[in-house]
Amino acid sequence: MDFLIFKAPMLMVQASLDGILLGILFALIAYGMALQWGVMNIINIAQGDLVILGGYIAYTMYLAGIHPAWGVIVSPIIMYFVGWALYKLVINKVVDRDLFISILATFGIAIVFQQLMNFIFGADVVVAQSEYGTTMLFDNSVTLPNSKIFSAFISVLYAIALVVYMKKSRLGRAIRATAQNARAAKILGVDTEKVYAATFGINAALCGIAGALISITLTLHPYVGLPYTVRSFMIVIVAGLGNLPAVAISGMGLGLFEEFADYILGTEFRIGAVFMLLVFILVYRRFKLSKKREYLK
Amino acid sequence: MNKLVKLFTIFISAITLTLASISSSFAKVEGEYIVLGSAISLTGKYSSNGVHTQNGYNMAVERINKMGGVKVGGKSYKFEIIYYDDESNPKRAAQLAERLIKQDGVHYMLGPYSSGLTKAIAPVTEKYKIPMVEANGASRSLFTKGYKYLFAVLSPANQYLEVAIDLAVEKNGGKPVKIAQAFEQDAFSQDVRLGILDAAKRTGSEIIIDDKLPKELNDMAATLAKVKAVKPDVLVVSGHTKGALTAIRQISEMKVDVPMLAMTHCDAAKLSKQHGKKSEYALCASQWHKNLSYKDKFFGSGKKYDKDFKKEFGYAPPYQSAESSAALLVFKDAFERANSFDRDKVRDALKTTEMQTFYGNIKFGPGGQNVAKPMILFQVRCKGDVCENKVVAPTKWASDKFYHPIPKWSERS
Repeated sequence: MDFLIFKAPMLMVQASLDGILLGILFALIAYGMALQWGVMNIINIAQGDLVILGGYIAYTMYLAGIHPAWGVIVSPIIMYFVGWALYKLVINKVVDRDLFISILATFGIAIVFQQLMNFIFGADVVVAQSEYGTTMLFDNSVTLPNSKIFSAFISVLYAIALVVYMKKSRLGRAIRATAQNARAAKILGVDTEKVYAATFGINAALCGIAGALISITLTLHPYVGLPYTVRSFMIVIVAGLGNLPAVAISGMGLGLFEEFADYILGTEFRIGAVFMLLVFILVYRRFKLSKKREYLK
Repeated sequence: MNKLVKLFTIFISAITLTLASISSSFAKVEGEYIVLGSAISLTGKYSSNGVHTQNGYNMAVERINKMGGVKVGGKSYKFEIIYYDDESNPKRAAQLAERLIKQDGVHYMLGPYSSGLTKAIAPVTEKYKIPMVEANGASRSLFTKGYKYLFAVLSPANQYLEVAIDLAVEKNGGKPVKIAQAFEQDAFSQDVRLGILDAAKRTGSEIIIDDKLPKELNDMAATLAKVKAVKPDVLVVSGHTKGALTAIRQISEMKVDVPMLAMTHCDAAKLSKQHGKKSEYALCASQWHKNLSYKDKFFGSGKKYDKDFKKEFGYAPPYQSAESSAALLVFKDAFERANSFDRDKVRDALKTTEMQTFYGNIKFGPGGQNVAKPMILFQVRCKGDVCENKVVAPTKWASDKFYHPIPKWSERS
């Protein structure tokens, strides 16, 4: 236990801002997961690996001399088609099966993706440089990398765009209809097969954006996808499906929780604390659910 | 019908048994070849360093074979290595070691890449009494288990950054310093940490931040914010390549001012290439540097090794390659002194090794670690946009002066 953070108020500000900025980025990944979980009832274990692949697309651009920030436009386009192809090849075979089969299938995809990325991009840890500099607050005692601010800003922008798209567009309406009741939607003339493919594509595209942002804020490595899967799973569990504001708040909450756990419990418990929280929330939800059931009886 | 099947099974098993016994009785030395075995990470997360290791081994095999091979009993033999890909997985590595020894009949082993995998293989080689010379497992725990057949050409992990603390104390006018440290939770990094704890105790220095980084971590912002708040004299980070890259990225972005920054894995992370000027002044522990003045008759000097390696593989050799090449030189020397292929005679010869290679002096301590070679420290220095690693300690080989303290970020362009 370390209470340094309570002695220095500036550390508190720093931790909160770091947590929120990171949390917004997690929320974007989680939103993709919530979307396809809600529509297709699939828990995508390969979510984090799609993120990393998106990051590698931005990194490849960086190597070619293009500013990696353009990755937030290029990467989702490429990743949309990757997601679409993935659906056509694998996911459509498991979409109507039970959850366990789809978890196994996406777990397999995760392993294949890791090895492929390792094969293509090598096992070295890489970073792309944005050269965005730093914003200093309170007489240089709180420092915020502009790349993190940029990534939070882009995440928010894309999230808003997606919400509008889901509300207004034809495909968006079809996706929402399928999520509510796939069979009814099918009877009413919605091509659910197409909707599923598009949903998986959109999810992959969101991962692509997040990956491009991670390439300029954190580090890339073929095998670091899993923590992103776990975090987004966690956020979705807390927020529920298909509720963007809740996902955003839950994402920021997780970011804050991680940062404060880091300061107070120690860095070694940072990820452990996330898992503890997950267990706690699952138990609590179950507890609440069983209470409700009694009431209904 | 049933009888036929039975007969067939007996026939097949008889053949396999004969084949197995033939191969194991000849495999240690086949004709004019001495066969060595190695499980190595060609795929998986260690694959880049695994390939560096393999290139180092291959380079030495080729060189030794070309320059007359190994002379045992008046006859000249050549080296040959059987490789298997361990997929960066300790369990797989241990299986492959069994396979190399039992099926391929290998009697002499070369180490894999990383402390973790070496730890997985060492019990197997020990069980079958197979001498193993390893070049990439530095964890101290490898040398405290009483292994009799394990020999490491590299300095143990606890020595990596001890020198840095001494240097910090020296720069502080001999007075104790305040140390902030962040180490990944793996065997290697935790051993580096033990070394720092020893050095801190010896110099009376105080450790004011002692963070343990989880394996999946790619964000050190919290640790660095603490560092900013408490202002230590030296910051020590060890977390393989990911740790080194993350640290430099966030130190530069958060404008963390520390007088001295010491790390491991800078050259494996290609720090000066990936981060350029942001990595300037970082102090890095290294097993080897091409500018050291060691020599041997196979590779000449470090500089010549560097040149030959570049010509052969198209990139500058990281120390992982150099130490792997040195492992073969040790084996050759031991075979010739033992003048026999008897495993125990070779082991006894290995135990009394005392030689100089281009990589450094080699002499094994009681636990099998190399006690004759100090670690070196280099500092990243930049001229314009080109950054290079300059040796700054120990003073005997220093090509440049150690730059201290690191200028503040507000003064750096």
